[in-house]
Amino acid sequence: MREFDLVIIGGGPAGMAAAVAAKKQGIDDLIILERDDRLGGILNQCIHNGFGLHTFKEELTGPEYAERYSDQVKELGIPYELGTMVLDMTGDKEISLISRRRGAETVKAKAVVLAMGCRERPRGALGIAGFRPQGIYTAGTAQKLVNCEGVVPGKEVVILGSGDIGLIMARRMTLEGAKVRAVVELMPYSSGLKRNIVQCLDDYGIPLMLSHTVVDIKGKEKLEGVWVAAVDERNNPIEGTEEYFPCDTLLLSCGLIPENELSKSMGVELSPLTGGPSVDESLETNIDGVFACGNVLHVHDLVDFVSEEAVRAGENAAEYIKGKPSSPGTPVAVKPGNGVRYTVPSRLYTQSAADSIHIRFRVTGVYKGAAIVITCGDKEIMRKRGRIFVPSEMQDIIIKKDKLPEIDGDLEVKVEEAVK
Amino acid sequence: MTRELTCIGCPMGCELTVEVENGAAVSVTGNTCKIGENYAKSEISAPVRAVTTTALTAEGVPVPVKTAGNVPKDKIFEVVDHIKRTKITLPVKLGTVILENAAGTGVPVIATKTVG
Repeated sequence: MREFDLVIIGGGPAGMAAAVAAKKQGIDDLIILERDDRLGGILNQCIHNGFGLHTFKEELTGPEYAERYSDQVKELGIPYELGTMVLDMTGDKEISLISRRRGAETVKAKAVVLAMGCRERPRGALGIAGFRPQGIYTAGTAQKLVNCEGVVPGKEVVILGSGDIGLIMARRMTLEGAKVRAVVELMPYSSGLKRNIVQCLDDYGIPLMLSHTVVDIKGKEKLEGVWVAAVDERNNPIEGTEEYFPCDTLLLSCGLIPENELSKSMGVELSPLTGGPSVDESLETNIDGVFACGNVLHVHDLVDFVSEEAVRAGENAAEYIKGKPSSPGTPVAVKPGNGVRYTVPSRLYTQSAADSIHIRFRVTGVYKGAAIVITCGDKEIMRKRGRIFVPSEMQDIIIKKDKLPEIDGDLEVKVEEAVK
Repeated sequence: MTRELTCIGCPMGCELTVEVENGAAVSVTGNTCKIGENYAKSEISAPVRAVTTTALTAEGVPVPVKTAGNVPKDKIFEVVDHIKRTKITLPVKLGTVILENAAGTGVPVIATKTVG
């Protein structure tokens, strides 16, 4: 059985950044396992720009951002195996994998970084009535078809969900000659970035129908069109508002779900709020030496934040391998309060924490002129004001080391709304 | 005249308020950095965008490309059309110039990925 100090599951932005960070900390006996035939993960199909402003202070496309990291992986001589699928993992870090080159194999790791990314919510999870004709794709599948296979899946398009991939694909399909009739969003706000609404929809006159949803699908063998209706404040369709859009393609951009089948198989505790592992401030899961970062942990808005998080996971995995003792004491819980959907981490060891602690989360609605407040009992630990907080943007609050001694109980992260 | 814009300079998406006189921005508020001010000024007088798409080889293999700078917004479709009419040959390195002058804009188009 091959044995490694560190096995990194996934060669996307999180896996690559974690590997580079661990290698720089002196971990030489490591490997990246990647299912695809190249490193880079989802970035390979994200050919639009907007990546890397934080990390590189310039605007890169997805493939360019990926190549910056894959170049580092190669320059540092970090081993990676492509076309390699991890099938199963156990709590004592035995990893079953299969590849064309080596066949089926089990390897053993001292530490593991989970970096498997996320998946799109498929049609089956949305509960739309109608047949299952050809012509319905997740936005990411269409993106891969267009950008990596050179195939444009349709000519007349409706997009359900206004996540960033849906917005990006509205523009992409338009540039490839398709007619995008509408982007339909159930919520009263878009789940995508504002800049994408401007440069992907407004620029091309594509209507964004907020508080609307697809209520029926027409077509048995091939998609012929969709019925769209307005919804009330409880998201129920309003009778009499139905409008028919003829189309041959329906793209779904209805949310991303961290991909944790493997985490579950090894006994990693998952958070019901994120769908990702429940971790402490060092990004370690409930299993010693198993760390998580990137979209497998919680869905990020910017890859820059994925890379930054993955560096911490890689460095902490390196510390673990070098024999850093387990965190002393019992952790305090970090809990989402008013207006906060989840927090990462969900627990905190204040005594062993590094210099500063990142608390990452998303808000549940649109808040203007509000403040984010972190409290410990009656004590206020942190306060951050903002012009506007929206669910499409991940929030990142850093608690400095000098604040840590004040924390003597569970923390609550909440939105303090503006006085009306 | 006042115009409300959302800055596309970075994912923050600042809400900009622009005072416009004679088709030009005279003051910009709401921006958090210089990018927002520059964006508002050009958006009022002559909007520009960077374009990303794929160029194809004769066999239909897509290679991601981008304009090396911004092009006028009303030239986007002409730029994409010019790129699609250009057949490229592999291998291509990241940064390789695919087109010297995209649709007469004077802006080159470069590959954004090493392929082949």
